Amino acid sequence: MKNIKYTENRIKFLLLPILIIVVGLIMYFVRGFNFDTEFVGGIRMQVNVGSEFENQEIADLVTEVAGDVAAPVVQKIGDGTQATIKMSELDDETKAKLVAALTEKYGENAIMSVNSASASFGTQVQRKALIFTLIAILCILAYIAIRFEVKSAVMAVIALAINVIVMMAVYTITYTPLNTTFIAAMLTVVGYSINNTIVVFDRIRENMRGFNAKKGGVVADVVNRSISESMGRTLNATITTLITILLLYFLGVNSIKEFAFPLIIGVIIGAYTSIFIASPFWAAWKTSEIASKKSK
Amino acid sequence: MKKKSVLLLILMVIIAVVLNCVAFMGFDVSGFKYGGVFDENQGIRKGIDLAGGSVITFEANKANPTEAEMDIVEAIFNARLNGAGYTEARISRDNSGQITVEIPSVTDTDEAASLLGSTAKLTFRNADGETVLDGATDIKNAEYKYGQTSQTGAAQAYVQLTLTAEAVSKFADATRNAAALSGEGKNYISIYMDENEISRPSVKSEINSETCIIEGSFTPETAQELANQIKSGQLPFDLTAISKETIGAELGADALPSSMKAAAIGILLIMLFMIIIYRMSGILASIALSIYVGLIALLLGVLRVNLSLSGIAGIITSLGMAVDANVIIFERMKEELRNGKSIKAAVDSGFDKAFSAILDSNVTTVISCIVLYLSGIGTIRGFAITLGLGVIVSMFTAIVITKFLLKQLVNFQFKNRKMFCA
Repeated sequence: MKNIKYTENRIKFLLLPILIIVVGLIMYFVRGFNFDTEFVGGIRMQVNVGSEFENQEIADLVTEVAGDVAAPVVQKIGDGTQATIKMSELDDETKAKLVAALTEKYGENAIMSVNSASASFGTQVQRKALIFTLIAILCILAYIAIRFEVKSAVMAVIALAINVIVMMAVYTITYTPLNTTFIAAMLTVVGYSINNTIVVFDRIRENMRGFNAKKGGVVADVVNRSISESMGRTLNATITTLITILLLYFLGVNSIKEFAFPLIIGVIIGAYTSIFIASPFWAAWKTSEIASKKSK
Repeated sequence: MKKKSVLLLILMVIIAVVLNCVAFMGFDVSGFKYGGVFDENQGIRKGIDLAGGSVITFEANKANPTEAEMDIVEAIFNARLNGAGYTEARISRDNSGQITVEIPSVTDTDEAASLLGSTAKLTFRNADGETVLDGATDIKNAEYKYGQTSQTGAAQAYVQLTLTAEAVSKFADATRNAAALSGEGKNYISIYMDENEISRPSVKSEINSETCIIEGSFTPETAQELANQIKSGQLPFDLTAISKETIGAELGADALPSSMKAAAIGILLIMLFMIIIYRMSGILASIALSIYVGLIALLLGVLRVNLSLSGIAGIITSLGMAVDANVIIFERMKEELRNGKSIKAAVDSGFDKAFSAILDSNVTTVISCIVLYLSGIGTIRGFAITLGLGVIVSMFTAIVITKFLLKQLVNFQFKNRKMFCA
């Protein structure tokens, strides 16, 4: 553990996130994002069928009542006896008919939730989500630039961008629905992964005190040592956080599961990028800066 | 020295236990009563996704409605929700002309949406139910005022009504007739929104002027509310439901117990993990964690936080992060111990060196929570509140409580440094 050359191997460490992103891109072109109704408008119903069923049987029922315009997409959730039906916007009357038809077939309490949103609402939520994510990142960037240095802020945000893109890739690969919980998950990872990066940066800041390149100081060595020294903390803190999120994933209800899954990925990839990407690339940048000063 | 430390440690454990008992089960001591975090009337408010019900978001059919216009919309909604018996409903607004209504245990969302969204009809009616004034055409303005209403009276809140010039004579007739009926107890003019009576001011004498006042036992808030409701007849736009959500009671009923189970198991596993990795220090971290849990439960309950599913997710996520600060400190102490420092010196310098990392890493999480909260997206807000609260409280328990506990442990004068913090 002590002598791993993180800085020297930094390009190799990029391969894992790049691989996930490439797979994600391919899946994006194959079938795109699984946008939920909150983002694109439409109706989503959660139905408790109560026993095993064929997706097609529910889809047929929906088209029979609401017509072909409904374009229903049925997905099994939970233990396979519940379904999520997504369809395009319907008027209140047709919607009421559909609810009546579903309760008649699957029982009085079969409809667990109904969610309908207009397309304009979806666009607004998307825009808001994007704007507020960017604001959060900018604020964090400013904070790090003040507490550390601009180079650290830039590297932290690049690591963060990699996290976010990897998470988006995971969403397309697993076809997890994109809704407001996606934004919450994304922003938690934004806050949390930067938290990891900062702990390593804090160690580097401390170890760089008294650093003098003229007296034979090598930035890469200081950074490698700092990463090793903070490794125990990074791993243990990641484990304690993962314990609770994993439990949420295994014990929680469906909508909590949808939230916990991307968080698990985000926390792991967040730890990965803060160890293997943010600091090693910061070291490379710092080294080249020192070299260019020398040559002047 | 050692004896005192043992007593203090035991005391902290007792505090942790009592805190959790109070937070979760409440207390009843000599008249002071608190029902605990899950108490229906004193604890957390369950969000719609836990209690079941409807969430409807409306948008004004007009670009950039003013704050005052949205106040009127809210007043209409309040009157209608009360009229329909949905007294538990909650209304929230964002700054772009959207207004969201949450109605617990109502599952006919479409009906509720059309009830709320329709154009308000405001009328003044006499005791026989005949319409004497129409809010859309006869009323120019209604304003909340504060001051004396008579030469001898004390200052009070009242509503000032301004009529259009054409309406003055109509109102003069109506008030004269009403005042004449004082013997039959019919000397009043009711104000109706749709078919609900929202106010019934009595008439003393004929009112033959453009302005008149409605006084009574108003607070500034209720006077403002009535003024807004009276203005609703002239609202220059109507509202469209752009998002509707119905959550069945069953779905919500599952969510809370299963999340509580996840939280309880999570806490135990984290404690176990900390004790295995950090030995005696891990035990202290566990005491600090249980104090953290008690504090959070107490805060959520006393502040009556509106807890939704995403809020629960925020709390459970914060549990893992709560021990993060302890991990940073203990890892530092381990290093200092390895460098040959005494236990006391290791504790001191461990805290000093860990502080900047703890501060910086938590501030960034708080920053993203604040931004999330400002986003105004309902589900995200709940998450941001609980996570943000959790991070702030965890900094307190990690730095203040753990440090206090560690100082007591130092006095035990451990021979085996591995036992102290492996």
